[in-house]
Amino acid sequence: MTTIQLPTSAKIVTSVRPPGLWRRVSDVASLTYRNLVHIAREPLQLSDVTIQPILFTALFVYVFGAGITMPHGGSYAQYAIAGMLALNLTTSAMGTAVGLSNDLNGGIIDRFRSLPMWRPAVLVGRSMTDLLTALICTAFVAGTGLLVGWRPERGILYTLAGFAVFWLFSYALSWGCACLGIISKGPESAQGVGLVILFPLAIVSNALVPTAHMPAALRSFANWNPVSAVTAAARQLFGNPNPSMLVRAWPMQHPIEASLLWSLVLLVIFAPLASFLYRRRTTG
Amino acid sequence: MASESMIHAEGLTKRYGDTVALDGVDLDVPAGSILGMLGPNGAGKTTAVRILTTLALPNEGHARVAGYDVVNQAALVRRNIGVTAQDATVDELLTGRQNLIMIGRLSGLGRLDAKRRADELLEEFELADAGGRVLKGYSGGMRRRLDLAAGLVTRPPVLFLDEPTTGLDPTSRVRMWDIIRQLVTSGVTLLLTTQYLDEADELADQIVVVDHGRVIADGTPADLKAKVGGARLEVTLNAPNDEAAIALRPLTDGDVHVSHDGRRLRAPVRSGVGLATSVVRTLDQAGITVDDVEVHQPSLDDVFFALTGHPSSETDEIEDVSSDHVQEVAR
Repeated sequence: MTTIQLPTSAKIVTSVRPPGLWRRVSDVASLTYRNLVHIAREPLQLSDVTIQPILFTALFVYVFGAGITMPHGGSYAQYAIAGMLALNLTTSAMGTAVGLSNDLNGGIIDRFRSLPMWRPAVLVGRSMTDLLTALICTAFVAGTGLLVGWRPERGILYTLAGFAVFWLFSYALSWGCACLGIISKGPESAQGVGLVILFPLAIVSNALVPTAHMPAALRSFANWNPVSAVTAAARQLFGNPNPSMLVRAWPMQHPIEASLLWSLVLLVIFAPLASFLYRRRTTG
Repeated sequence: MASESMIHAEGLTKRYGDTVALDGVDLDVPAGSILGMLGPNGAGKTTAVRILTTLALPNEGHARVAGYDVVNQAALVRRNIGVTAQDATVDELLTGRQNLIMIGRLSGLGRLDAKRRADELLEEFELADAGGRVLKGYSGGMRRRLDLAAGLVTRPPVLFLDEPTTGLDPTSRVRMWDIIRQLVTSGVTLLLTTQYLDEADELADQIVVVDHGRVIADGTPADLKAKVGGARLEVTLNAPNDEAAIALRPLTDGDVHVSHDGRRLRAPVRSGVGLATSVVRTLDQAGITVDDVEVHQPSLDDVFFALTGHPSSETDEIEDVSSDHVQEVAR
């Protein structure tokens, strides 16, 4: 074994400045990169944002599309892609809960905490990872959509604006999932609880079918569901059929405003809550 | 500076609910020395390390590491310590090299410095070939070495190693000891926890024995062994022989005890180089045939028995803590 060269430079550090903006960005980037490596190495997590979007999009368009007649005509593919984005992005937000729970239950969190890093970077890095996977997921859904006949009708800028509505929502939702990841006992329970919350949120909405024929209670839930607002906003921006326009509920009449409002509300509630819960869980 | 204390704790107390994990622990580690913290599972060793490394807050007492308060100056403490915790605190899904680079970056090294330091450490810890592999494929010994390397990225002056050899095979263990010895010749101050008396004996300048969150003995390894009574010789003869006990007496550290069948002899000894050889040679010269010679080093259990009169409780059971305390008081 070669000699370990440690001591000559092992001097006591006598001053420390709080991490500046650049250090914070760099810490977040390091952790985001690490999380992305995880996703690339875990086939299950990777399939959540790659194979699943392709599969869901193709299946729904061909299976549901064959059985559903759109009010006022129009193809189901035109209607469905915004819904597919909603479904896939909502359920993939669980990655934050599972990943964070994994970190908190392993030894790695102690390593992070004993390093002179910007502490919130663990949470912010998670949310950035979720945002990046949302971009990947979007690319797969949109790509598959284009193959099965989806066409945004209002040009590139409006289309990007439609995507952006989803990304903001997905980012906000990941902070909610971060809270779940922090309070859950382990990654399995985070996944279980996440599924129970996120799946109904994605399904009881206008994402897959118009809400008009739902039972009354489900219908009002669907009309006020943030997922519906986001989906309707995207349909409007894509220039795709948006039957929710006919619904009288305020969010369906003003989907863009409603979706932005929902995202901001989620962020304002869950980002500070996640920081609080994280601090509580990791000190003591 | 030489005698300055790099780790200093007074009255550290930590409660988790009704359980007292640490009950007024005092520690003092002069710069450049190794303190061995010896104790069974659940004795409070890890809790002490967690407080000293800013991962947990004490309920009472205070501690300074590298001259800084672990509660009020945690950021400064973190800049001056390296930690190798008991659970692997490296990332399973990254390669060895990626782990070290990430830790370097999160410690404030630039991209190039972090890479250079990672390669340097991989080389020093004989992990250069494995550096590009994901940790899932590492052996226990390799993982521990990487974990230790991870604590050294920023060349900290104070190191904490929480049970660095638990679960390792004997070869990896001896290798880890070599590494630790090298670290200390270089002037680092080190706190090491262990369940093994021989490990503390081998590495530490000072030992504190902890049990149920309290320091029950402290001193140099020699002091401690004097209390415990050192090693024990056990000889099995081919046939009973009255001469054997007399022949052995000059080599032992006390009376030789002979078993009922006259074949097994037992005596306290001061373990030294070539003791077993001397035993065999002495008996051989007396014309006595030996079947077996064993020199038993005192175990942690022996230490506990000698110090407390009861064997070490290997359980982590929280309920046991309070009931044992009651028993101790009753005694």
